[in-house]
Amino acid sequence: MNNEVLPKEVLSQQGKSLWASFQETHFWWSFRRDKTAIFASAVLGAMLIAAILAPLLASMNPYDLTAFDILDSELPPFWLEDGDERFLLGTDAQGRDLLSTLLYGLRISISIGVFAVLLQLFLGIVIGLIAGYAGGQIDNFLMRMADIQLSFSTMMVAIIVLAVFQASFGVELYSKWAMVMLILVIGIAEWPQYARTVRACVLAEKKKEYVEAAKVMGFGPFRIMFKHILPNTLSPILVISTVQVANAIISEAALSFLGLGMPPDKPSLGSMISSGFEYIVSGHSWWISLIPGIVLVLLVLVMNLMGDFLRDVFNPKLYKSHE
Amino acid sequence: MLHFLLKRFMQGVMVMLVISIIAFSIQDNLGDPLRELVGQAVSETERQKLRDDLGLNDPFWTQYGRFLSNAVQGDFGTSYFFKEPALNVVLNKLSATLELVFGATLIIIVFSVPLGVYCAVHPQKWLTKFILGWSILGISVPVFLTAILLIYLFSVTLGWLPSYGRGDLVPMFWGWETGFLTLDGLSHLVLPSISLASIMLPLFIRLIRSEMVEVLGSEYVRFARAKGLKSTRVLYRHALKNTLLPVITVGGVQIGTMVAYTILTETVFQWPGMGFLFLEAVTRVDTPLIVTFLIVVGAIFVIVNTLVDLIYGLINPTVRLTGDESV
Repeated sequence: MNNEVLPKEVLSQQGKSLWASFQETHFWWSFRRDKTAIFASAVLGAMLIAAILAPLLASMNPYDLTAFDILDSELPPFWLEDGDERFLLGTDAQGRDLLSTLLYGLRISISIGVFAVLLQLFLGIVIGLIAGYAGGQIDNFLMRMADIQLSFSTMMVAIIVLAVFQASFGVELYSKWAMVMLILVIGIAEWPQYARTVRACVLAEKKKEYVEAAKVMGFGPFRIMFKHILPNTLSPILVISTVQVANAIISEAALSFLGLGMPPDKPSLGSMISSGFEYIVSGHSWWISLIPGIVLVLLVLVMNLMGDFLRDVFNPKLYKSHE
Repeated sequence: MLHFLLKRFMQGVMVMLVISIIAFSIQDNLGDPLRELVGQAVSETERQKLRDDLGLNDPFWTQYGRFLSNAVQGDFGTSYFFKEPALNVVLNKLSATLELVFGATLIIIVFSVPLGVYCAVHPQKWLTKFILGWSILGISVPVFLTAILLIYLFSVTLGWLPSYGRGDLVPMFWGWETGFLTLDGLSHLVLPSISLASIMLPLFIRLIRSEMVEVLGSEYVRFARAKGLKSTRVLYRHALKNTLLPVITVGGVQIGTMVAYTILTETVFQWPGMGFLFLEAVTRVDTPLIVTFLIVVGAIFVIVNTLVDLIYGLINPTVRLTGDESV
């Protein structure tokens, strides 16, 4: 499983540059031969850069209420009749430039996805390591919890928790904390994915000789868990991470669409789709919903494609058992 | 077998108790029942007296006990908005949700089995690549977006299918109204069912494909072929049977997801089911309805999961039903 990692370290110790040794890895070899992976990573990279540089690229600040004019509302993209050169992708119902809002929305969606996954990662690694290393009753209990949590599904837990919070805080106060709430809920609800993966790896690693050796040398369990076993579980963690971020982004979009996520004045991709919904159903201004929709699908699609690629490269065995 | 049944039953009861505690603590903290009862025009001392009379100042567990004993008798309180028993309100909407789920399940079964088998049998054909490529796209499109696209295409642009509601209904027994018996009702069902199915279909196609690939390489399939059995018979009678176990397990795990996506689908199509009702109840802070929804969904969830486990045990003799390893 770690054949890819080992030679890299060995080679770089022999004086080659990191980049040169990276070019000799199995990962790079597969990547160069996989057109889908190259395409997906290019698109993903472009979207990440666009999200990070959103304030520089956007022609207006969509959070600034004075920057846009209601008279500009519902203008179509520039290539259509009545389109306006100032607004390349048209405007929404309040006259905001759709492209600028989209860039900021992409930023919010990606940040929520990444931070939620970081939280999942933290919880999952700690719980998975403890469950796998301790074994016995603790393991049984933790994995039973994971089963129950998984069977209730993230979306269901998230919808119910956020709905209850929104009902008790009131919409005003809730919308201020929406981003934090989304990260917390999506982050906490999905921990079993990582915990199970890490636990499975720990069970396999625990039997190996280096762990025995570490024990004989008198290292404490935490040192063995985090310093010795954890680095060897990294490639499966990496494999599921891209897909987890994609799932988190989809969950966030769905929650925002239901009105339980980001408020319309600080829209994520999901709330942008939501705010254009009534205009698309009534038959005009399709772009308010569809353009953020296409961006969302593209973002999630390239992440899933990258996830598939990583899964094939690092862990062919995982391919079948996971989904 | 009896041991297993009993054990599953006890587990179900435990889960329901936990759900009821969660639901009750939500009720305890959300909104003020007194305000719903008497409004603003009552003085503070009278309020306190009413609170005592209603038992709202009792300790948490006393109140929970009362809530539980009422709930067991089917009394979940009265909806603030509908002024009707909350359980009735929720159960009235159950038929709509079940019909939607049924429609989606039908689509999933009808399409996933032949497509999955096809992809396994002809791994190199372009149609397989198309199906698998499409299935990755299908996973990447969120269910509400599929729904919006379908509405935009088939309702707004082409005008073929209605975009919201359930259409004409025919009353059946126990106040159950069905849309299956009228053309209008069926046409209303098409788009929501496709949307709901769209998120699960790719998953099941991929699952059936990968299981099927594995089974097709096994000894007994080769033997059946060598015996000269017709290839469709080998595929559908011998091989497919053994792919069903993982399919049922995954299906069981997906029930929670299905409920969540029902809420989304119902919201987009304004389908008058339980999920739509739940979101409305949240915006109205209709606490009894929220609590009842949680408990009803929890119950459905526990029952279906137990059933799935039972079916799994019945068709897979290797699962030891007695003994502790079964769980």
